[in-house]
Amino acid sequence: MPESEIELDQPLAASVAAAASSQTKSRLRLALDDIREGVLSKDIWLMLGWLEVKQRYRRSVLGPFWLTISSALIISAMGPLYGKLFNQPIGDYFAFLAVSYIIWQLMSQIITDACYAFITAESYIKQVRLPLTVHIYRIMWRNLIIFLHNFVIVLLVLAYFRPALDWHLLLFPFAILMFLVNAVWVSITLGLVCARFRDIPLIVNNLVLVAFFVTPIMWKPEMLGRYQWTVNLNPFYHFLEIIRQPLLGGPVNLVSWLAVAGITVVGFAGMLKLFSRFRTRVAYWV
Amino acid sequence: MSHIHAEDLVVEFPIYGARSRSLKNTVIRAATGGVLATDAAQRTVVRAIDHLSFDWNEGDRIGLVGHNGSGKTTLLRALGGIYEPIGGSLSVNGRVASMLNLTLGMDDYATGYENIFIRGTILGLNRREIAGMVDEICEFSELGDFINMPMRTYSSGMSMRLAFTISTSVKADIILMDEWIGVGDEAFSEKAQRRLAELVGKAKILVLASHSPDIIRANCNKVVRLDHGRIVGEI
Repeated sequence: MPESEIELDQPLAASVAAAASSQTKSRLRLALDDIREGVLSKDIWLMLGWLEVKQRYRRSVLGPFWLTISSALIISAMGPLYGKLFNQPIGDYFAFLAVSYIIWQLMSQIITDACYAFITAESYIKQVRLPLTVHIYRIMWRNLIIFLHNFVIVLLVLAYFRPALDWHLLLFPFAILMFLVNAVWVSITLGLVCARFRDIPLIVNNLVLVAFFVTPIMWKPEMLGRYQWTVNLNPFYHFLEIIRQPLLGGPVNLVSWLAVAGITVVGFAGMLKLFSRFRTRVAYWV
Repeated sequence: MSHIHAEDLVVEFPIYGARSRSLKNTVIRAATGGVLATDAAQRTVVRAIDHLSFDWNEGDRIGLVGHNGSGKTTLLRALGGIYEPIGGSLSVNGRVASMLNLTLGMDDYATGYENIFIRGTILGLNRREIAGMVDEICEFSELGDFINMPMRTYSSGMSMRLAFTISTSVKADIILMDEWIGVGDEAFSEKAQRRLAELVGKAKILVLASHSPDIIRANCNKVVRLDHGRIVGEI
C-alpha cells in the first residue's frame, strides 16, 4: 500500500499535489471496491439480516407480523379520524394514509438503523475482514424483510378500496429500486458519521420524528393551498411520491422523479468523498 | 508464494473521550478556526505498533512474545487486514485465517447444525462448500444428536468444541492465532491438538502470539519479542 507511505509523519504541506491526487484516486477505487464486494458477499448479509429478524421475534407466535398488526392498528385509528379532520373522502384518504405510512416506516427505520450500522457490528469489524458495506446491506435487507411483512396491509387496503390502477403500477418496482440505491449512500454516510460522533444518532432520531409530521404522510400537499410548492423542498416527499403514486393510481410526478435522480447523483458523490477518506478509520472508531 | 512483508509499519489508536467525540467540541473547534490545528495535533493517540519492519516467508513459524499491551494482538489484527496501517507499508500474500474469535456470529438459539452454516458463511465459504464439510464437523465435534438442538442447551465445552471444529475446517496459507487454542476435556483436547497441528502444518506461515514459552518452543521456529510496539529481540 504505497499510498499510506505518503500520508503520515509528514506535514500536510509537504505532500505534493500530484501525489495527493493519485492517492485520492486509489482510495476512491478501494471505496468503490468495498461497495461492489459488499454486494458480492450477499451470502453473509442475507444470512445476518434474516438471522436478526429471527432473533428479534424468537419464540413469538406471530413474529414480525406483530409489526404488521401494530401498523394496521395505527392506520385504522388514524385513517377515519384524520380523514374527518381534514374533510377527506374516507376511502381515498385511507388508501393514501396506509400506503404512505408503510413506505415511511421503511424509510425512517433504515435511517435510524443506519446510524448504528457500524457501531453494532463492532465485533465483526474488529475480528474478520469483510467489506464494510456488508453491514449496510445487512440493515437494508433486514428492513426490507419487515417492509414485506407490512406490505400485506397495502395489498389489503388496495384490494378493498380499489384505486384505478393502470400501467403506472409498472413504475413501482423501479421506484423501490431507486429508493434502495439511495438508501445505500444515506446509510453509509450516516453509519460513518455516527461511528465517529455518537451524538448524531440521537439528533437523527429527533429529525426523523419531525420529518414524519412535516412530510405529506398524514396530509396531502393540496391541503397547503397556495403554499403547496413548499413540499418540493422536502426530499422525503419526492421518494414517497415516486413509490406511492403508482400504487394509488395517481399521475407520474415528473418533478419528483427528477428530484430523486438529482439526489442520487449528488448523494453518491458526497458519500464517495467521505467513504473513500474515512473507510479505513471505521475499525478504529467503533 | 505466501509472504508477509512490513516496512516501517505504524498503527495508532486515536483516543476519543466523551469530550472529543462529541459533536459540540468539533463544531466549536471548526468555528474557532485557529484552535483546530493545535487541537488536532494534540489529540491523544496510542502508538500500538511503532515502525516495525520484517519479512516473513514460507515455512516461517513466528512466535510473538511480549508483555500485555506490547502490541501482539494489534499486530495480528493489522496482518489480518482489520487495522489499516497509519504509516509505512504492509503486504500480505496468501489466504489468511485469523483464529482470533472462534465463536463470532454464532447464535445461541440456532441449532448446532445451523451454526455450522452461520460460522462457515462468516469464514467466507459458500453454501455448497459448507454442506461438504458438515458431516465431518458433526463427527469430529462428537455432538451426536445435540447437533440438532439449539446451542443454548450446550455446555460451554460443547459449544467450544463445535466452534473449534468449524474454524479449523478452513484451509489457509497464513494462520494468525492469539494464544494457542485448547478446547474440551482430556480425550477431546488431545484430538483437537492433533487437528490444529495438522492445520498449522499445512499452512505456509504461522503467526502465533503467546505468553507460554513452552507453546512457542513447540510450534515456532522464530521468536519476535515486542515491547511498546517495537521489536526488541529476534531469535
